[in-house]
Parts: sequence; structure tokens; C-alpha cells
Amino acid sequence: MTGIPTGRLAVWWVLASEIVIFGGLLGAYIMHRIGHPEWEGQAIHTNVWAGGFNTFVLLSSSLSAVLAHQAAERGDGKSAARLLLLTAAGGATFLIVKAFEWTAEITSGFTIGSNLFWSFYYTAAGLHALHVLAGMVILLFVAATAAKNIELHRVENIGIYWHFVDIVWIFLFPLLYIAK
Amino acid sequence: MTGHAPDATRAPGFVRTYLWSTDHKTIGLQYMLTGMAMALIGAFAAYVFRMQAAFPGASVPLFGRVAAADYNYLVTMHGTIMIFWVAMPVLLAGFGNYLIPLMLGCDDMVFPRVNRLSYQIFFLSSVVLVASFFVPGGAFGGAWTAYPPLSANSAYSMTPFGSTLWLLAVALEFVAFLLGGINFITTTMNSRAPGMKMFDIPIIVWTIMIAAVLFMGSVGPLVAGAVMLLFDQVVGTGFYDPARGGDPVLWQHLFWFFGHPEVYVLLLPAMGIVAEVMVVFARKKLFAYRTIVYSAVATGIISFFVWAHHQFVAGIDPRMASLFSVTTLIISIPVAEMFFAYIATLYGGSIRFSTPMLWALAFVAEFLIGGVTGIFLGSAGSDIYFHDTYFVVAHFHYTFFPIAFLAAFAGITFWFPKMFGRMMNETWGKVHFWGTIIAFNICFIPLFITGTAGDHRRIFDYSMFAELATPEMQSLRILATRALLVTLAFQVVFVVNFVYSLFRGTVAEANPWKANTLEWLAPSPPPHGNFVTMPVVYRGPYEYSVPNRDEDYWPQHEPDEPADPDAPGARRPLQQPA
Amino acid sequence: MTEHVQRNYVKIWAMLCALLVVSILGPLIGIRMLTVITAFGVAIVKAFLVAKHFMHLDIEKRWVAYVLLAMIGFIVVMFAGIAPDVMKHDGLRWENTAAKEAVRSGGGAVAGGHR
Repeated sequence: MTGIPTGRLAVWWVLASEIVIFGGLLGAYIMHRIGHPEWEGQAIHTNVWAGGFNTFVLLSSSLSAVLAHQAAERGDGKSAARLLLLTAAGGATFLIVKAFEWTAEITSGFTIGSNLFWSFYYTAAGLHALHVLAGMVILLFVAATAAKNIELHRVENIGIYWHFVDIVWIFLFPLLYIAK
Repeated sequence: MTGHAPDATRAPGFVRTYLWSTDHKTIGLQYMLTGMAMALIGAFAAYVFRMQAAFPGASVPLFGRVAAADYNYLVTMHGTIMIFWVAMPVLLAGFGNYLIPLMLGCDDMVFPRVNRLSYQIFFLSSVVLVASFFVPGGAFGGAWTAYPPLSANSAYSMTPFGSTLWLLAVALEFVAFLLGGINFITTTMNSRAPGMKMFDIPIIVWTIMIAAVLFMGSVGPLVAGAVMLLFDQVVGTGFYDPARGGDPVLWQHLFWFFGHPEVYVLLLPAMGIVAEVMVVFARKKLFAYRTIVYSAVATGIISFFVWAHHQFVAGIDPRMASLFSVTTLIISIPVAEMFFAYIATLYGGSIRFSTPMLWALAFVAEFLIGGVTGIFLGSAGSDIYFHDTYFVVAHFHYTFFPIAFLAAFAGITFWFPKMFGRMMNETWGKVHFWGTIIAFNICFIPLFITGTAGDHRRIFDYSMFAELATPEMQSLRILATRALLVTLAFQVVFVVNFVYSLFRGTVAEANPWKANTLEWLAPSPPPHGNFVTMPVVYRGPYEYSVPNRDEDYWPQHEPDEPADPDAPGARRPLQQPA
Repeated sequence: MTEHVQRNYVKIWAMLCALLVVSILGPLIGIRMLTVITAFGVAIVKAFLVAKHFMHLDIEKRWVAYVLLAMIGFIVVMFAGIAPDVMKHDGLRWENTAAKEAVRSGGGAVAGGHR
């Protein structure tokens, strides 16, 4: 009735509900950050290069997700599955970089309880990482079905979700890393 | 249009039919029955703490002596359960699941397995909440609003496990309703019977869908806030701790940014039920269908602009308080508009005072009191006096009792024949109605009076406050408690009537009330897959007492008679269903 | 979705990467205002590009974008309602002394990241 396939329609509503979850958290962070200029002294310790590399990884995984969608449109389930696996590999790279980054920060004493800046840092990035992890699981699942050339519309749906996760990171990156 | 062909070839077993079902009707009933079971716990909590308020220090039958900590957790759990585990599952999830596919003329929700998952998560959340009664330290006692620092630090709340389990249960419940809400919205948008245009959708489906969108739009910040509160409790962050750079007012804002739209998340489905019931028993076309839809949308949008009227005394900036006073008063306009449309529907109708109709009419009357007293609390000036008194308690019980119980009873008595294939007993239904309504009013009118006299709502033992422990005040409290006992006693009538009618009631035909909407086309109770032949819709849902027709109703699925194409309410001949 | 427009996804990706470089290099110039523009202005442009070309919002039904924007609008309302109390540390007849003290002492006295 809406002209949008039901699966994709549901994904749009999922994203709508996700926008307010991340929006609420980031809104709370931004108002604290503006009210506390002294947090610059903490933010200076975040690793811009790790964050920048991760942004690059996610942007590239978004590219492979959209190429997978393009392949699915052609009916080429095999290459769609390959590209989805590549996307999931991007997610894995992201999480591995994140793990090293956090290990370095925690060993230098910047833990989630040490200061409110770090509380927001770990909470926001952690919530995002959870979405990356969930997306990877679904990506692998969709890749398995797409390889059999069935349910190819799912390739687009998971792609839309993945791009959303990418967009969240596009905003987290300047908020947590660049604003010093 | 997503089709799930009814699978008639194999009969599912008991588990598949009742416990692990993907059928929207079973899931709706599961939600409804779970909600009713939780209502028993919530009602028991109310019974215990009201007994303590009326007879301080006395041993309460079935509970024993009430300690101060008991009082706190009973009040907290009463509020939490009645809103999140009774009103939400019964009104939104219960009626939503049961009615949406039936009224839209499709065979199930578009994502039946997501629907089942939604109920399972909800059930888990109920288990977690009930389990919190039995952990060391007892259940959470920091009020259902869970303001930090009381909720954030177990040194203050003294419930190290109870507060975390409370938070976990609420979070799980949000997930369940988000999944359910997405299902409701996509089903309504994409899976209607052929011919059903946007403005042929019954009002209750509209209101449930708007409520689902409202819930989705408002709950996000609280989900984020709940994660922050959880970290405050468990890993020692300081999001809401001013000593560590945080801000407790932030939680209040995040909570009420959700909490106030939540009122309308519950009110709108209740209004929908009332509309459906009223139209059928007034035998008249719903007055101003589109105005009601637009008013519901307007109510939803404005509800995002009013939340801080809960925080006038919390230290928010007074300039913001005047802004929020204005928006709060504005929101009464669309709500009043809906009520006027309902009253206009009744005007000149052939009203039949059946049990569902009595509940619906009582909803309008009682909610009116709740709405009008809300004006005093929405205006910052008078709210500063009334804040946290029993006036507030009486006010929101005059809104939530009609929503969660009067409208729910209207819906249950109205759709009972459809759900179970038998009629409920009318006489006992009316006994239940009058007993509940009269006792409910005697219970809460005294609380308006004690509240105006300054009775604070969170006091465990009034005998410690000389100016509140006067014999006059105490006699009002005792009156309210006695009326509460009567209200609760009359619910036994309902339970007996419900169970008796389930097995021994008169067998109901498919359309016992002679109503128009599509659910009455399906057999009672509808089989898996709902309809024998999938319906096609020819007109709006409220064509009652159309002139020049033999019958006073005109079901949505009946084709137009070719003889009279110009009859009022007749629609273009339908193009071929897609 | 049937593709109506032929687009070069690799080109869009290259643009996104170029914008990423801009946002990283922006703060090195050291002008505060410029950092805000290169960081958040670029983020908005990047998000727009991803939403338009990768999520295909430009050829999706128009109301989908409106729903998503409405959700962002709700967050703006939330921010506007909360910020006067949380972001600011004083107002009409009130003052958040704890927060002011934290700002004054540079955060170190309240909680230290360095150990």
C-alpha cells in the first residue's frame, strides 16, 4: 500500500527508533560538553588516528554493502554474498582496532569511571560497537542466504542498517575525537 | 501485500497453539492475560500500602506489619506494574495484536515471528520484575520514576539488586514494545484489505498506530538514559551524580521526555476502544472521523513539548516552566476536541446501555475529571503548591484508571464474543460496572481533599506529622481505603463472570453487536488465518443508520447494491483487488 | 529497489574519504571556528552523502525522509528543553555550584583521568 516492500519499511522504522536512542545519548553528551570546556583536557588523550582509520574502514564497508546491493539487483547472489562478507570483515577490523585503542586507553588510566568525559566516550562508542556487532551477525546470516540466491531483498535491508551505523560513527568521530 | 496463507493442512499441537504461537490473536491474548495477572500483583500492592496509610502500624491481613522499606517498594511496584505491565500490554499490545490484523482484513501481522519474540521478551521482563521481589535487599523502592541519586546509588536506595533488576525489566519491556510497535506500524501501512483506503481504517487502529509511533519517538532518550543509569549503578560512572560532574536533573528530563508522551501512548488506544464501542451502541455514524484522526496526531505531536511540567519544583529554570505551562494547557485542546466529537456522536443516537457502552460512557465522564484537575497541575503557579500531594495522586488516577481499566473493560466486554465465541453475562457485567465506578469515585474524591489540605504522597506513617494526622484527615484516608477494598472486591465479580462466560456463556454468532468493522466478518473465535474468504472493503467503518437501507448497519465488506449507487456513504465500484 | 539513476559508488566513496581527510586535517590549522566547521559541517555533508546515495533516500518515497527528520526534530526539541538546565550552570535564581567548581578547577579536582 505504501509502495515500499514490507521488509524495507520495517528497517526504516527500526532506524527511526535508533535515531532517538543515539540522539538522546549524543544530545546529553553535547550539552555536557558545551557546559564543561575543561573536558578538552581529557579529550586530548583520544587517538585521532585510530578513530580516523576506523572511519575509513566503516566508509569502505559501506561501499561494499552498497555494491552488494547492486549485485543483488542484478540477481547475482554469489557476488552479493562475497561483498557482504567483505562488509562484515570491515566491521571486524573496526572492532579489532577499537579493542586495541581501548586497551591502550584503559591501561593509561582512562577508565569509564575516571571522568564523565570518558563515561560518555565508552558508553557512546560501546553502544555503537554493539550495533556493529549485531550488524555483523545479520550480515553473515544474509550472506549465507544470498549465496544460495534466495531472499535477495535482504541484501538491501541489511545494507540500509549498515549505512545507518556508518552515519552514527560519522557523527561520533568528530564528537569524541576531533573536538578538542 | 504480504500474504501468509492459512495453513490448514496440519493441526498444531498444544505448545504451538498456545505457548509458541505466531498467531496474532494468541499473542494478543497472551499479552492481555499476562497484563491481567500482573494487575493482581499491582492491586495487592495498592491494598497493602493503603491499609498502612489508613491504619498505620496495624498488621495487614495477608501481608503482616508494613515496614517503611516495604511501603516504599510497594508504592514503586504498584506504579511500575500498573503502567508498564498492565496498561501497556493490555491496551497497546493486547488489543493492538488482537484487533489490527482482524480490523484490517489480513490474516496475521506482517512479521509473525518478530511478534512472538516481542511477547517472549515481554514475558521475560515480567519474570525479571517479579523476581526482584525476592532478591536480597528486596524490590526497588525509589518510586516508579526512579530519580537519581536515589536510584543510582545503592547506598541510598538500599536495594543493590532490586534497582538493577527493575531497570533491566523496564529496558526489556521497551525492547518488546519497540518490536511490537514496528510490527503494528508496518502491518497497518502495508497489509490492509483491498479497497481499504487510509480513511477507511477504524479509529482504534489509527490510535494504536499513532501510539506506537509516539512510543518509538519518545523512548529512545530514555533507553540511552537507562544505559547511563545502569552504568551508574553497576560500573561506577557518575552521569547523574553532581559530586562527579553529572546532573540528576538530566534523568528527570530524559524520563519525562518519554514519560509524558507515554500518557498519550496509553490514552490514544483507550480513546480508540471507546470510539468503536460508542458508535456501535449509538447506531450512528462517528462524528467527524477525520477531525478525530487529526486531533489524535496533533495530541501526539504536542505531547513531545510538555514533559517538564512534571519538574516544576525540580530546580528547572522558571522561564522554562512558564513555557511548559503554556504547551501543557495547549494539549488539552486536541484531546477535548476528540471528546466533543464523541459526545456529538452520541447526540441523537439510539443508545443502548449495554455493559461495554456503560464502560465507554464512564470513561468519558471520569477522564473528564482527570483532565480538568490536570489544568491545576499543568500551570506552574498552582503546581508548586500541589506538587507531590495526594491531589496529584487523585488526578492521575482519574486519568489512568479510566484508561487502564474502564476502557480495557469496555474493550474486553465488547470483543469477548469475538475472542472466545461466547457472550459475557450482561447482568453481572452491570453489577461489576456500578460497583467499580461508585467505589472508585469514593476512593479518589477524598484524596483530592486530603491533597488540597497538604497531604504529601510519599509518607509512610502520618502519625509522625501532627498537622496531617488530624482525625478529619485520617477519616478521609480510611474512607478511601474502604472504598478501595470495595473496588477490589467487585473485580472478583468480573473474574467470575469472565471465567464462567468462557465456558458456559451463550454461544455468540459472528456479529452479535451488528457492527460494521471487518473483525465481525470472521467467525467467533476466528480460526488461524482469520477469515474464511479474505475480505474486500467498499466503504468506511462507521456507516450506521444509513437512510434508505433496511438494516441500520452497513458492514465494510458488503458490496454496494447496484440498484442504488447514489446512496449516502456509497463508494465508487471497486477496482480489481491488487 | 529498481535503480533509476546510474551512480558511481566508488566516486562517492572517494569523496567521503576526501572529506574524512579534511576533517582530520582541519584542527591542525588551529583556528577554533574552522575546526568546528571542518569537523561537524563535514560530518553533516558525509552523512548526507551516505543517506542520499548509499541508503538511496533520494529515490525512496519522500515521507521516509520526513519520518527520519521528524525523529531528529524530536531530539532537537529534547535538547532545547534540557539544555537550559544541564548545559548552563546558572539561571533565574539557581546555580549549579558543583558544575561551576568543576569548570573552574579544570576537572582535575572532581575526577582525574591521570593517575
